[in-house]
Amino acid sequence: MLDQTNTALVRVRDLQMHFPIYSGLLRRQTGAVKAVDSVSFDVMQGETLGLVGESGCGKSTCGRAILRLYDITGGEVTIDGTDIGQMSQSDLRTKRPTMQMVFQDPQASLNPRMTVEAIIREPLDEHTKLSAAEKEAKVGELMDAVGLNRRFAKRYPHAFSGGQRQRIGIARALALNPKFIVCDEPIAALDVSIQAQVVNLLEDLQEKYGLTYLFISHDLSMVRHIATRIAVMYLGKIVELAPRAELYSDPLHPYTKALLSAVPEPDPAIAQTRERIVLQGDVPSPANPPKGCNFCTRCPAVMPVCKDIEPTYQEVTPGRFVACHLFETTGTAEKTAGYI
Amino acid sequence: MTNRAPHADADNLLVAGDPTAPVEAVKARNQWLDVWDQFRTHKGAVASLVFLIAIILFTLAGPLVWRLDPAALDIRNKDLRPIINALWGAEKVAWAHPFGTDNLGRDLMAQIMQGGRISLAVGAAAMILAILIGTFVGVIAGYFNRLDGLLMRLTDLFLALPLLPLLLVMMLLFRDPLRSAFGPEQGIFILIVAGIGITSWMHTARIVRGDVLALKEREYVLAARSIGTPSRRIITRHLLPNVLSPIMVSATLGLATAIITESALSFLGLGFPPDFPTWGKILADSVPRMTAFPERVVLPGLAISLTVLAVNYIGDGLRDALDPRIRGL
Repeated sequence: MLDQTNTALVRVRDLQMHFPIYSGLLRRQTGAVKAVDSVSFDVMQGETLGLVGESGCGKSTCGRAILRLYDITGGEVTIDGTDIGQMSQSDLRTKRPTMQMVFQDPQASLNPRMTVEAIIREPLDEHTKLSAAEKEAKVGELMDAVGLNRRFAKRYPHAFSGGQRQRIGIARALALNPKFIVCDEPIAALDVSIQAQVVNLLEDLQEKYGLTYLFISHDLSMVRHIATRIAVMYLGKIVELAPRAELYSDPLHPYTKALLSAVPEPDPAIAQTRERIVLQGDVPSPANPPKGCNFCTRCPAVMPVCKDIEPTYQEVTPGRFVACHLFETTGTAEKTAGYI
Repeated sequence: MTNRAPHADADNLLVAGDPTAPVEAVKARNQWLDVWDQFRTHKGAVASLVFLIAIILFTLAGPLVWRLDPAALDIRNKDLRPIINALWGAEKVAWAHPFGTDNLGRDLMAQIMQGGRISLAVGAAAMILAILIGTFVGVIAGYFNRLDGLLMRLTDLFLALPLLPLLLVMMLLFRDPLRSAFGPEQGIFILIVAGIGITSWMHTARIVRGDVLALKEREYVLAARSIGTPSRRIITRHLLPNVLSPIMVSATLGLATAIITESALSFLGLGFPPDFPTWGKILADSVPRMTAFPERVVLPGLAISLTVLAVNYIGDGLRDALDPRIRGL
């Protein structure tokens, strides 16, 4: 286990991202939205870690906080051996080429006033000293790599379809040869047929350039297809993290079970016999999470202890982490062991 | 990751264009040509551009052809009517003064030519100054939360100032030092441009700030930050081009306000010296005898409003031409 830890490209420890709430006459801070609250995980070199959860559970915020697009409230983020958790934005600039991001809405993530060439060239302008001709050649290569016709380089984003725009976004993320890419729901805004194209493109690029992905999505089937390991988030915390096959065949946490039971089953015979876990109530506000376990207000297997004590996020079987009292071992052993 | 998602075979069919096709050696068209093509489709803008060029030529080249001195008094030929009045009556008209003369016998056409130079120069310079200050304050206030409160209160402060008294005080305080430093006309020009410029940037600042506040939360700004683009280049590359439309609108409106404010100052006797015509001043001087000699108000008034209208249309056409979505590329 320790050996594997050494090959972790990204280590996240106790990441906290709280957005302050100001109220009253004096605009004093009266609370905080705990969008991401003590999240810890590793992303191994070359793997795809899927991050799933329902809307508003903090997936995107987590992805952005890891890239330090926000100034995080607390915790450590180590990417490629450097702790960037508390680094200043100007120092961070030199680290930016290692880590890039693909955004959810390809329409909103491309500046409508810039040509495709200018959009893909922006990272090169910022971080390299190439000549204009070299940059143009590199932009051409990138457009080839993501399957865009080079002749479209002088066009503007609005002239492209959703899938093509997402390719432009991917080409921009690839421009600096990053090691780690956060894909923030890259397929959520696309048609199903285009989703497959983009996911396959991401897989091909991963193979070709040895990329590591943090793949944020709420599409469980797509995550099952692309991810090597999957982390499930609920209300700012990771409730379960497991390798793909195990998570889908034998989910441990009650929330994961409920989430997986919501995935449509294509076979009607199986679909009829399957039990569907329907959660009651709404997600509590992240500004005012319940005492004890965050999931205790909706958990079908709730116990008295859940409403008092927060469960520990711990390894139950090798490689599987769960934060639930059902699986809590009596001692506090292994509490701080490596997070695989 | 050996199993591919469904539709994997479709992915070769639906690729954008054909990436394997040889790249043709088509030289990319200059983007400004596209802008010009789009601009030409706006009939009003093209007509306005022609008109504006004509009026600029009229004021700049006119005096070279029409050699009458706008300040020369000719009491014998005072109060001549425009030549057009010959069509319907035997009034005092003369081909030597096609636009007529004023109560001191000064030629109106020469005055409008000379006055146009000053009015256009003051209008353009004051408008550019106001737009620069307004855009700068607006972008800084919108982008940097920390400065927002301070700068916007400063804007409110300027908005709350009564402008005309402020300008009058400025004129009184700075007229003489500037005159001695730059000469009578240059000094007054600088004073008026600065005065109008620094008292009319507030609306631009507010509009730009509002737009920047909305734009800086857009994902492409976040994308630029994830690339590591520093703030100053995020502003110049991503924010400014996208707030161009409101800036353009306030610029065209600002030109009109500047010309009119200058005429108000001249009317109060605090603008250019009395023998120095501007469109606003010709207009203001003629108001007392407006019923008897309407042309003396109508002609400079028409010059001001048509110029403003033309600039407005050009701004409109330019805004459309600079927007790639409207340009349809």
